[in-house]
Amino acid sequence: MESLTLLIPLSVALVFLIGWVFWRALQGGQFDDLERPAQDLLADDDK
Amino acid sequence: MAQAIVAGGFEAYYATRTQPAVPPTDFPSATEDFSENRGEAHLILEGVRCAACLWLIEQALARLPGVTRAEVNYATQRAHVAWDPARASLRRIVEAIREVGYLAWPYDPRRQEAVERRESRAALWRLFVAGFAAMQVMMYSLPAYLDGGGLSPQAEALMRWASLLLTLPVMVFSCAPFFSGALQDLRQGRIGLDVPIALGLAFGFLASAWATVSGAGEVYFDSISMLVFLLLGARYAEAAARRRARRQLDPLLRPVSEKVFSVNDVIRVAPGERVPADGVVIDGASSADESLLTGESRPVPKRAGDELAGGSVNLEQPLAMRVTRAGADTRAAALARLAERGAASRPKLVAAADRVARHLTWVIVATALAAAAWWGNLWVAVAVLVAACPCALALASPVLLTRAGAAALGRGALLANARALDAFEGATDVVLDKTGTLTTGRMVLARIELLGELDREACLEIAGALEAASRHPIALAFSPPGKIVVERQRHFPGKGIDASLDGKRFRVGSEQFCRELAGARSFPAAAGPRTRVFLADEGGWLARFELEDELRPGAAELVAFLKERGIAVHLASGDALGAVVAVAGRVGIGRFAGGMTPQDKFDYVERLQRAGRIVVMVGDGLNDAPVLARADASVALAGGADAAQLRADVIVLGNSLNPVAGTFELARRAMRLVRQNLGWALAYNAAVLPLAAAGWIGPWEAALGMGASSLAVLLNALRPLDRDPKWKASPSSYPSRSPSYS
Repeated sequence: MESLTLLIPLSVALVFLIGWVFWRALQGGQFDDLERPAQDLLADDDK
Repeated sequence: MAQAIVAGGFEAYYATRTQPAVPPTDFPSATEDFSENRGEAHLILEGVRCAACLWLIEQALARLPGVTRAEVNYATQRAHVAWDPARASLRRIVEAIREVGYLAWPYDPRRQEAVERRESRAALWRLFVAGFAAMQVMMYSLPAYLDGGGLSPQAEALMRWASLLLTLPVMVFSCAPFFSGALQDLRQGRIGLDVPIALGLAFGFLASAWATVSGAGEVYFDSISMLVFLLLGARYAEAAARRRARRQLDPLLRPVSEKVFSVNDVIRVAPGERVPADGVVIDGASSADESLLTGESRPVPKRAGDELAGGSVNLEQPLAMRVTRAGADTRAAALARLAERGAASRPKLVAAADRVARHLTWVIVATALAAAAWWGNLWVAVAVLVAACPCALALASPVLLTRAGAAALGRGALLANARALDAFEGATDVVLDKTGTLTTGRMVLARIELLGELDREACLEIAGALEAASRHPIALAFSPPGKIVVERQRHFPGKGIDASLDGKRFRVGSEQFCRELAGARSFPAAAGPRTRVFLADEGGWLARFELEDELRPGAAELVAFLKERGIAVHLASGDALGAVVAVAGRVGIGRFAGGMTPQDKFDYVERLQRAGRIVVMVGDGLNDAPVLARADASVALAGGADAAQLRADVIVLGNSLNPVAGTFELARRAMRLVRQNLGWALAYNAAVLPLAAAGWIGPWEAALGMGASSLAVLLNALRPLDRDPKWKASPSSYPSRSPSYS
C-alpha cells in the first residue's frame, strides 16, 4: 500500500510531462492539417 | 525571381507552359493599395461565439461617428465597414471593436488562416487536456467503484487529492467555452444553451472539491472530466466539419479584392491572380477560370473587348482591364451576399427546435433547483443539469446546414435561403417556366426540306447571309454567314427579310411572305408544332426550315427525376400554347399552360398551394420574381442575369439544370438527418429529465448519457450527404481543392 504514496504523485507528474510533449507537437503544427499531407503523397509534382 | 518561383513551388506551372508571357503596357498592379482614402474595409473578427456577439459588435460600430455602414456576418465571421475618412479611421474602428471584447484585423487571407489555426489549436489543446485528465482521474477512481478495493483511508484521500489536482486544469482551462458562453447569456439576462451545463459542472466540481478538503462526502471528478472530454470532442468534430465546409464555400465568400477600386480604374491582372473587379479587357489575350461564378470549369478565352468577371482567375497571360463594377457591385459580391444570407438563414423546422431548446433551458434549471430542494441533495441538481442539458440539441443541425450549403455549391447551386430545404423535402409539385428555364431561349434547326434545285449547304448559307444582321431568335438559329454579302436588305417585322444577292432577290420568312415572291404553292402542315421558316427567290421556292426551342442541358433528366419521386411537374409559360405543347412533349411534362401573364402564374401557384400542395417554382429569376416569392421555394437560373436582382432561394450557377435535381436529393437527405438528430435529442431530453429529477440517475450516469448522446448526434450529422452518384456534380463544377489562387 505504501507504494501508492509514491506511484500516485509520480503518475500526476507523468500526466503533466505528456501534456507538455503534446503541447510542443500542437504548437509545432503537427495537427493543423490532417488531410492534405496524406493527399500530397499522391500529387504528381516530383519532376 | 527564378528562386522565388521555385521556392513558391510554381515550377510545375512553368514546365507546362507553351507560350512566353507578353507583358502589356505598364498599369498599376492589382496588388497596389488603393484603400487608404476610400474608407471601406473587410475585417476579420476573432472571438465571436454566437449571434449575440455580432449584434454587440454591430451596435458598437453603429454608434461610432463617421461610420456609414457596418455589416457583420456570422457564417464568415467577417465585418464589412464603410466610413467617412474625414471623421473616422480604421484604427478607431478596430479599437471600438476591441473595447467590446473582440479582436478585429483587416482582411487578409493569410491572417484569416492564422486566426483559424489559432482557434483550432486552442480547441484541440482543451480537448487533449480534458481527455488525458479524464483518463487518469478514472484510473484513480476505479478502486472506489470496486467496493473500496481494500484501500486505506490515507490512500483514498491521496487519490482524491490527485483527482482534484488533475480536474482543476479541466475546469479552469478546458471548460472556458462553456463558462464564458453562460456568463455572456446571463449578462444579457437570458438563459442560453450553455447555462445548464455550466451550472452542472460548477456545482459538481465545487461539491467534490469541498468533499475532498473536508474529507467527507462523495466525489465525481471522474464524471466531470469525462463529460467535458465527450462534449468538447463533439464540439471539436463539429468545428472541424464546419471549417471543412466553409473552406469549400470560402472562394465565393471572400471579398473579390482586399483593395478598393473605382469605375474606370485601369489595372493589370497577372497570370494566376484573381480578377479584382468586374471589367472589360483593354489589352492582352488570355483565358480565365470562371468556375466560381458560372460553374463552368473550362477556361474561357479573353481578349480585348471581352468582359472579365471579378473573382475569376486569369490563367495564362497578363491582362489590362478597365473596371466597370467594383467592390460590392460586382457579380461575385452579389453571389457572396446571397450565400451569406443563405448561411445565416435556417429551415423552419430548425428554427422551431431552437425555440423549444430555449424554453427547455428554463425548465431544466427550474427542475434542477426544485429537485435539489425537495431531496435536500445537491447531486440531484447536478444530475438533472447534466443529463438534460440541451447539448445534443445544439449540435443537431448547424453542422448539417453548413454542410448542405457547401455540398450544394459543389453541385453548382447556391443555397440563398434555407427555407428551400424545408420545401424541397416536402415538395409535391414543381412548376417550371419555359423560356430561359427549360429552354435556353435560343432556336435550333431541327429539319430542312429542300424545295428547289439548291442543295442544303447553299440554302443554309443564303439564309444565314439574309438573317445576318437580325437579332431575332429565329435569325440566331442560322449560323453566321460565310463570304456571301447581300445588298438592299429590308426587314419586314413579323414577316421576314428581303435582300438581293448577285442581282437576284431572295426572301426568308413566313410562308405568306415568301409566296409574294415565289408564287402560289401549298404545303402540308409541319410535323409537330415547330416554327416554320421558308426560303425563296424570284424563280421559286428553295427550302423549308423547321426550328424548335433549344432545350437546356439536363431538362429531360430533371423531369424524369422528379416524376420518379412522385412529384407532379407543371410547365407554366408566357409563350403561345403551341410552343409550350412542343416543349412539354419533348421533355415529358403532362401538365402545361401557355399564354400566361406573370399574374396568371402567380394565381396558378397560389391555387395549387390552396389545395394543400407544396410548390417549388423554377424560373429565370427576373420576370418571375412575384411567383418565385409566392412559391414555397424557388430556384432561379443565374445564367447571364444580374445576380444582384435575383430573388430566389436556390440559384443555379451554370447552364445546366442538373444542379436542381442534385440539390433536391441533397436537401432531402440533409433534412432527414436533421429530423433524426432533433428527434433523438428531444426524445432523450424528455425521457431523462423526469428520471434525473426523481433521483434515479446518478451524476456519472448522467454524464455518460449526455456525452454519448452528443457524440451520437454529431456522428449522425457527419454521415455523407451524397449517396446517389448519379446526381453528383456534373463535370463542369467546382474543383474541390482550389489551386493556388491567392
